[in-house]
Amino acid sequence: MSRVGRGHSTARTVLGAVAAAATLVAMAGCSSSASPSGSGDAGGDVTIEFAQWWEPELPDGQFRALMDQFESENPGIKVKLVSGPYASTKEQLFAGAASGTMPDVVGLDGAWVNDFASKGVIANLTDLMTQNNYDESQLASQIKVDGSTYMIPVVNFVYPMFSNDDLLAKAGVTAPPSTRTEFADAAKKIKALGGDVSGWVLPLSLEAPNGVQNDVMSWVWASGGSMLKDGKPDLTNKDVTSAMNYIDGLWKDGVIASGSFTMKEQDKVEEFTNGRVGMMIDSLAHINLIRQSNPNLKFSISAIPAADGYTGQRGIPYASWGIGVAENSAHKDAAFKLVSFLMSKDTNSKLSTLAKAFPGNTQSTPDFSGSDELFKKAFDIYKAGYPANEFTGLPTAEDLMRQLGQQLQTALDGQQSMDDALKNAQTSWAAAF
Amino acid sequence: MTLKTPVSLDTEVLVTGVAHSRRRRQLRRTTESYAFLAPTLILLLVLMIVPIVMVIGYSLQSNVILSKNGQFVGIQNYLTVLGDGAFWKATSNTVVFTVVSVAAHLVLGLGFALMLNSTLIGAVPRAIFRGLYVLPWLFAVAVIAVLWRMLLAPNGVINFLLNANVEWLASPQLALGTVTFINIWAGYPFFMVSLLAGLQGIPSDLYEAATVDGASSVQRFWNVTLPQLRPIIVSLLLLDLIWTSQQFALIWMTTGGGPIDVTEVLSTYTYKLAFAKYDFSLAATAAVLVLLMSMVLAVFYVRHQKARD
Repeated sequence: MSRVGRGHSTARTVLGAVAAAATLVAMAGCSSSASPSGSGDAGGDVTIEFAQWWEPELPDGQFRALMDQFESENPGIKVKLVSGPYASTKEQLFAGAASGTMPDVVGLDGAWVNDFASKGVIANLTDLMTQNNYDESQLASQIKVDGSTYMIPVVNFVYPMFSNDDLLAKAGVTAPPSTRTEFADAAKKIKALGGDVSGWVLPLSLEAPNGVQNDVMSWVWASGGSMLKDGKPDLTNKDVTSAMNYIDGLWKDGVIASGSFTMKEQDKVEEFTNGRVGMMIDSLAHINLIRQSNPNLKFSISAIPAADGYTGQRGIPYASWGIGVAENSAHKDAAFKLVSFLMSKDTNSKLSTLAKAFPGNTQSTPDFSGSDELFKKAFDIYKAGYPANEFTGLPTAEDLMRQLGQQLQTALDGQQSMDDALKNAQTSWAAAF
Repeated sequence: MTLKTPVSLDTEVLVTGVAHSRRRRQLRRTTESYAFLAPTLILLLVLMIVPIVMVIGYSLQSNVILSKNGQFVGIQNYLTVLGDGAFWKATSNTVVFTVVSVAAHLVLGLGFALMLNSTLIGAVPRAIFRGLYVLPWLFAVAVIAVLWRMLLAPNGVINFLLNANVEWLASPQLALGTVTFINIWAGYPFFMVSLLAGLQGIPSDLYEAATVDGASSVQRFWNVTLPQLRPIIVSLLLLDLIWTSQQFALIWMTTGGGPIDVTEVLSTYTYKLAFAKYDFSLAATAAVLVLLMSMVLAVFYVRHQKARD
C-alpha cells in the first residue's frame, strides 16, 4: 500500500514536471521560428526569402519560373517566394521590420520607402551597388532618401484617362477630352444622358486613400504642376489650388459618381466596367480585368487632360513594383544578385511583358505584340510625357494622402472652402516633414 | 484559495513510509503545486502579461518598435493623445456606436427570443424563423462588410428598392447611423440565442402562479420574465459593451473611419496611428487608454459574475 501511495505521489510530481517542461519546449519552439530570415543550408546553399505581392498578380507559375532561372544562373542561391496580396504584404513587412525578421528581399511601394529607410530597416542600395560595381545608369529611376537609394522601381504602371467610347458618342462628344474645359464639358453632357450615368468617378476612401494620389493630384501633375517646393509641402501654390478648385467645380456640377467619400479603387473600376461612368483615371493593369468583366465595353485611353493653354510635357501618375533589401538580411550579396537579375535587360523585359507594365531598365523593351493595343498606346503617352508621383519617398506618404483626402471631403461637403482645406492640409503635412 | 494540501504528518508517514522534515515536505508540496500550474501560468505570462506590460512600456517611450533607440518620455504620450481632438471625436463616436448597438441588440434579441419561445407559433415555422434570425451570426465580419457595402452602394439593391439615390455610407450625415445599423444586424443573434436559452429555463410554475394571481401578460413579462433573465441580460450587456467598443474590422472595411471623421472610433484611430503614421508609441498609448476603459467594464462584469456565484 505504501508503494502505491508513493507511486502516485511520484507520478504526480513527474507529470507536473513533464507538463512544465513540455510548455517550456513549446515556448522555445515558438521563439525559434522567429529567427532571422534567410538561412544557410547544410549543403552550402543560401536560401533567401523574397516577400512581394507580384506573384499573385502574374499568370500562374511565371514568376516562379523567373526565380528558377535565377537559381540556375546562380548556383548555391535558392529563392523562397513569400507571396500575398498587397495589403497583407505591407502589414507583414512592417511586422517583420518591428521584429527584425524582414525577408531578405522585399517588394516595396514608393509610399513606404521613407518610413522604412528612416527607421533603418531597409538597406542602403547605393552602398550595395558600389560594392557590387553595378552600373546604375541603366536604371530608369531610383527612390532616394537623403541622397541614397533605398528602392529601385522594377516595373511601372501608369495611370492614363480611360473613356467609355459609347457613352461619349451618345453624349455627342467625338473625341476624348484633352483639356480641363473639354473634360468638364464632356462630363456634363454624359451626366445629362440621365439614369445612373455620371461623367467622372472619384474614389476618396479614407481606408485606401490612394485616390488622392491617382485621381486628384494627377490633375496637378498633368499640367506640369507640383505639390512640393524644395522637397517640402507646397499645397497652397496656384497649380494645386487651380486643380482642386476645378475638381470642386465638377463636384458642384454633380457630374461625379455618387459615393465618392467611401469609394475605393476597385469600386471605381467596377463603375466604369459596368458602363456607369464616362471617364476615369486608372492603372493600365486593369485593362485585362475590364475586358474580362465586360467584353462588350468599348473604351479608349488618352493622356490626362491638362489646364487650358498648357503646352508643356504632361506628368502621368504611376505606381511601381519596387524592390529593396532588408537591413537585417544575413545574405545581402545574394539578395543584391536577385535585385540585379530582376533589373537586367532581358529579365526586366520579360517581367514587364508579363505584368503589362513599363520596364525599370532603360534598355528593356516590353513585348506588347500579343497584348491589347491599348498598351502600345499607353506606352506612347508615357513616352510623350514624364512619370510623376510626388508621394514616392515622402514620409508617412499614405497618411499624407489620408490627411489631404479628409480635408478635401470637408471642402466638397461644404463645411469649409477649398482654400482653407489646402491650408489645413499644408499645416498637417508640414508636421510630418 | 491555497496551494497547500493539508495532510497530517502521521498520514504521510503511513502512506509513503518515509519521514521527511516538515519544511522539506512543505517545499515539495509547494513545488509540486506550482509544477501543475506552470503550463497555465507560463501561457498567461507569455500571451497576456508580457504583451500588456510591453505595450504599457511602449506608451511611456518615444520611437519604439521600428526604431531601436526608444527614449523614456513618461506621460508625455498620454498628454499628446488626450490633447488630440481626433481622440475625443473617436471616443464620442465609439460611445454612440456602442451604446446604440448594445441597446438595439438587447431589444431585438429579446424580442426575437420571446417570439421564438412563444407557443403561438408552430414548431416548423419556429425552426424556420430560428434559422433565418441566426443567419447574420454565421457570416464573418469581412463578409458582412462586403455584403452591406454592395447592398448600400448608391447603385445597390437598397436604393433600387427604395427608388432613391442615398449615399448611406458616404454621407457624413448618415454614415455613423449606417455602420451602427450594420453592427446591430450582425450582433443581435448572440443576444437572441442566449436569451432564448434563458427563457426556456424559466420554470412554468412561476407563470402559472402569476396567472392564478391575476397577472396580465405584460405584468408576467415585467415581474417574472425580466427578473428571471436579469443575470443573463447583465452579463450579455457587459460583454457586448466590451466587444462593441473594440469593433474594428466592420468599420474599417465599410468606411475606413470616414467620411471625414464621422465613423472614426478608438480602434480605427489607434490603427491609423500605428500603421499609417507609424507612431507606435502613440498607438500604444491609445491602446492602453482603451484597455483602461475596457477594464472598468471588465471589473463590473467580474463583480457581477462573483455576485452570481
